[in-house]
Amino acid sequence: MQTKVITGSRSVATAVMLAKPEVIAAYPVTPQTEIVEDIATFIEEKRLGSRFIKVDSEHSAMGACIGASSAGARTFTATSSQGLLYMDEVVHWAAHARLPIVMAVATRALAAPWSILNEHTDFMTQLTSGWIQIMAENNQDALDSMLQAYKIGEDPRVTLPVMVGLDGFILTHTSMPVEIPEQADIDSFLGERKPEFEIDVERPFTFGNVIDERYYIDMRHKMFESMQAAKEVIGSVSNEYKRLAGREYSMLECYNCDDAEHIIVSIGASSGDAREASDRLRKEGVKAGAVRIRVIRPFPSEEIAKALGGAETVTVVERSLSVGGGNILAHEIRSALYSAHGPEEAPFVKGFITGLGGKDITPNDYINMVGITRERPTGDEWFGLTGG
Amino acid sequence: MKEIVFYGRGGHGAVMASELTAIAAYKAGMQSQAFPFFGGERRGAPVKAFARIDTQPIRVHSQIYEPDIIVILDAELLKVARESVSSIALKAGGSIVINLPGRDAAEKYAAGLNANIGGLAFVDATSIARELGLVVAGWPVINTAMLGAMAKATGVIGLENMANAIEEYWPKPLADKNIEAARKGYEMCTALQRSGAEGGF
Repeated sequence: MQTKVITGSRSVATAVMLAKPEVIAAYPVTPQTEIVEDIATFIEEKRLGSRFIKVDSEHSAMGACIGASSAGARTFTATSSQGLLYMDEVVHWAAHARLPIVMAVATRALAAPWSILNEHTDFMTQLTSGWIQIMAENNQDALDSMLQAYKIGEDPRVTLPVMVGLDGFILTHTSMPVEIPEQADIDSFLGERKPEFEIDVERPFTFGNVIDERYYIDMRHKMFESMQAAKEVIGSVSNEYKRLAGREYSMLECYNCDDAEHIIVSIGASSGDAREASDRLRKEGVKAGAVRIRVIRPFPSEEIAKALGGAETVTVVERSLSVGGGNILAHEIRSALYSAHGPEEAPFVKGFITGLGGKDITPNDYINMVGITRERPTGDEWFGLTGG
Repeated sequence: MKEIVFYGRGGHGAVMASELTAIAAYKAGMQSQAFPFFGGERRGAPVKAFARIDTQPIRVHSQIYEPDIIVILDAELLKVARESVSSIALKAGGSIVINLPGRDAAEKYAAGLNANIGGLAFVDATSIARELGLVVAGWPVINTAMLGAMAKATGVIGLENMANAIEEYWPKPLADKNIEAARKGYEMCTALQRSGAEGGF
């Protein structure tokens, strides 16, 4: 196994090269562009045999993936921000059509005002889409999650598309050592895609036909059940991947949590800063822990209830915003804890909106937010406003 | 952990300098991270790039605000770009490696700095780049000469590891020229202050 110092973009492109999708269709958008450029280079150098379809928009990119995936192909696309929103209609279609497309999303703020910098709101707009959603913490996680994404999505118990998010710039443009698995190992790990239904003139089916009001709800229920089933598949795929790569992944990762009274919850690249904050808080005598949400769809409710149930306070730090609703992640965590433990036993959950539009989140910021939570544990807040 | 900030202008190769530092550190058996200050990149505009080196896997992804080492590719920059620089404070006892034409300029520069600086080293990287023909669109690409100087002045990464990283980064004739620039940067780098026996300055 080879280790290379590469960017998050190159990590995703390398995973694509190893997974060998037959069809790739993508439209460039900052900060996703280098993923597509790297893939184009790999194809040009004949290191990757995929058919690359040049398209006129993100909507067409997903449309091409839907067509190819319906015909049985393994597919890939990548986008970000405005591109994801432009693609949105067919993003949902892909999930409803049960096509295991894999898409990388280099997270970025939404306009207006214009910003090319990092934020997770674009990724969070897809929580109702029916895609499995994994958010990477670092370049290695991005590569490993991309490879697992194909295996999870193509599993007959799941047959849903998978979105792998990685923080725009903070991962896409950051170079770090990344271990690259052997092609032979990935070939046997992934195997061929074997769809139950595919477009085939010898074996005709209708795809995406009209369904009447009696049965539509059942189709959605099946989709829901498959998403629930994905939890077990994510676990077994992770175990299998661990055997070939030695690295273990779960839906959420706990650090310093066993005796923790105050736990930080984070998602994405700044989760390491949260762990650093929890170590520094421990040195000051505060029993702090850190939980990273890696898989947000399916939402790991049981794992969250278990990991956070014993804490006094939970500080949820989000780079995303639902205007009018406020925090997105904090609401779901509160719901999971309330359902599992009831109002008397559940810890205080305080959400913070911060890091929007590329604003940095440092270990000290996490320490300060935990301090605010301990002082006033109810009511969500903003952190990092300049007053400007 | 050692944290490094590179200051230059778009075209000097500050971002590549941070990437080469990360590759070289990994070759030296350490963990590393390199990233640019995020935003639109424009030739001639002030550019910041960051690198972290550690014996442990690096988990933080926030920017660097208190570096151990500052590498300045353009001495004029700190005057014109105070705003972008003001959020960065050199760690007490940290080192500066700067591209300046000679001792007089370096002494003048050092006189304007606070007393907490552990050491300052200078090198005429612009002349090295020009002599070797490392010029792109009229801009001397001075990053590799500065990396050689950093290797000598701070000792965080050895010159040979830096040369190996350059060899991996560029194809043959260009790599050789840049390795030569790094060697010259190493040889010509001069320390202005020394703060005792601890490696480097």
